[in-house]
Amino acid sequence: MNALRLLKTSTFQLAAVYMGLFAVSALVMLAFVYWSTIGYMSSQTDSTIEAEIKGLADTYRRGGLQSLAGLVNERMANDPDRTMLYLFATNEYKPLGGNLPAWPEAVPTGDGWVNFTLGEDGAASTARGKVFGVRGNLRLLVAMDIAALQATESLLLKAYVWGMALALVLALLGGVLMSASVTRRIETINQTSREIMSGRLHRRMPLRGTNDEFDQLASNLNAMLEQIDLLVESVRNVADGVAHDLRTPLTRLRSKLERLAIAPGLNPNVRRELDHCIDEADGLLQTFSALLRIARIESGRHEASMVDVDLLELAGDACELYQANAEDQGVGLRCEGTPVTLRADRDLLFQALINLIDNALKYGGQGEVTLEVGSDAQGDFLSVRDRGPGLAEEDRVRVTGRFFRAAESAKVAGSGLGLSLVQAVAGMHGARLELENAHPGLRVSLRFPKTPAPV
Amino acid sequence: MRILVIEDDATVADYVVSGLAESGHTVDHAADGREGLMMATTETYDAIVADRMLPGIDGLTIVRTLRASENLTPILVLSALGEVDDRVKGLKAGADDYLAKPFAFSELLARLEALRRRGQHEAVQVTRLQVADLEMDLLSRSAIRAGQAIDLQPREFRLLEYLMRHAGQVVTRTMLLEAVWDYHFDPQTNVIDVHISRLRAKIDKGFEQPLLHTVRGAGYRLGSL
Repeated sequence: MNALRLLKTSTFQLAAVYMGLFAVSALVMLAFVYWSTIGYMSSQTDSTIEAEIKGLADTYRRGGLQSLAGLVNERMANDPDRTMLYLFATNEYKPLGGNLPAWPEAVPTGDGWVNFTLGEDGAASTARGKVFGVRGNLRLLVAMDIAALQATESLLLKAYVWGMALALVLALLGGVLMSASVTRRIETINQTSREIMSGRLHRRMPLRGTNDEFDQLASNLNAMLEQIDLLVESVRNVADGVAHDLRTPLTRLRSKLERLAIAPGLNPNVRRELDHCIDEADGLLQTFSALLRIARIESGRHEASMVDVDLLELAGDACELYQANAEDQGVGLRCEGTPVTLRADRDLLFQALINLIDNALKYGGQGEVTLEVGSDAQGDFLSVRDRGPGLAEEDRVRVTGRFFRAAESAKVAGSGLGLSLVQAVAGMHGARLELENAHPGLRVSLRFPKTPAPV
Repeated sequence: MRILVIEDDATVADYVVSGLAESGHTVDHAADGREGLMMATTETYDAIVADRMLPGIDGLTIVRTLRASENLTPILVLSALGEVDDRVKGLKAGADDYLAKPFAFSELLARLEALRRRGQHEAVQVTRLQVADLEMDLLSRSAIRAGQAIDLQPREFRLLEYLMRHAGQVVTRTMLLEAVWDYHFDPQTNVIDVHISRLRAKIDKGFEQPLLHTVRGAGYRLGSL
């Protein structure tokens, strides 16, 4: 399946929307986790510093500067890793003692907190601290190295960004896979529908047996097709029944007329009228026969006698049979092409071809009618082309329906069953009936599949 | 002609029997397959008309049984099924001709006449045909009328040959299509009539007595009357 088509499927679009929503909510959630983790960690730092200052202040209050300095020195001695940073300084920020080399240049914020850079060279890190005014001219900076906190912060951030990206990629992949599988199943249904529309009315949607929603859709479609089949069948049965039941009495009527017409001593006028009646009855009988024959072929009741048929020879015979008719009408009839042999029911195919030639002679006006046999990339074909006015676009679809007659054809005799029969014969051979405007004229083709469909 | 009709449908049987009787034939009727087979084996007929679907023994079995016992009476099988595939089955079983119901009586009559004629001629290899002053040489594939050569297309030659072989009989359009064109189909138009009128122009034009006649509602007949 090509990628662009996949992107256009509604399943994929749905997956994309879902992916977007998922991304936004994950982003919000991760942001919340990030801010609360970082906030908690920095407030931990702050309260540690506050507690330290409070402890130092207590010591100072109780034992004066001496014990304060003693405690700070003790703390520094116990903490070789310098987790806590201390610096005594004058009011002019001149360092007096502690484990910081100089008073940081950063300006304290209003609430007394200060963030500053620690160390000079590549190993610089950040510290956060608070100033504790010991007495009028002395201040103590208590700070903590927050490099670990910042490292955690960037680690978290990095983890979240990568996690997010991975999640998006996975979601995209999932979306593609999901829509591909859904599209594949829908495509199966589409494919079957197309086959049914192209005339294989007995095809049904395949079921997987999982009873999921697609199986349910497919089985509902199948039930619907059965229903339609049944309705079409019953309508057809009524029509065929009527044709069948009327054929016998009509034949008897015809025979009675026939016997009357040959009775000796008949008034010539009466005889002529009787002859007309016989012709009318013949026309009706022919229509009924055609109707029944179409029904027989379409319902598969006709046992085809498939033999190897040379289409060119068949077309040549048909041409020869109709040559005289065409000449009488002042129309040229020509047959051309290359020999093509295929398995077919010879008589039915000949009948179909005769119907096409008949139509071309009836509706093709003056000019030439050409039969063409050959094979191209699409397979073997047999076509009949006239040089007439062609067929209106909207008629081209309806023309194979039973009893269809184009508006302009009202003055030409015909039953409207010719192309229906051709269609039925085409269907039986797995061939397609194609009508196209050949500018000028109409070209009607029977296109046979490359590998003949089993009949 | 003495004809046996084996048909269980009373309406059709009556129609066929009375029609044949009116046309001057002697007709026996059997209403089921068993009776029909018995009559066909014990009596001698010029032709048998047998329905395909019969109670007891069906039409095709009758045909096979008669042929197996070397009874060569021409048999025409009637069938309500009426399509080419049934026709093939009927002929394979050994029937001589096949007619789908419903049929025009003239069609049945014409086919029975043709069957009788075929039965008489089959044994002899004919090389020349003659009807009145029209002669046909099947070896040199030429035709002359009253000493004048007639120029015929191959298909016209076959058409005339068939008509001459059935001279004096009514030949229907369907019979001509089957015999001369070897296709079984319904022509939509008067396609046979056009070929006949061309042939008529070649064999009758300029001669006082027409040989090729149109029989209204039935077909054609070649003959001097």
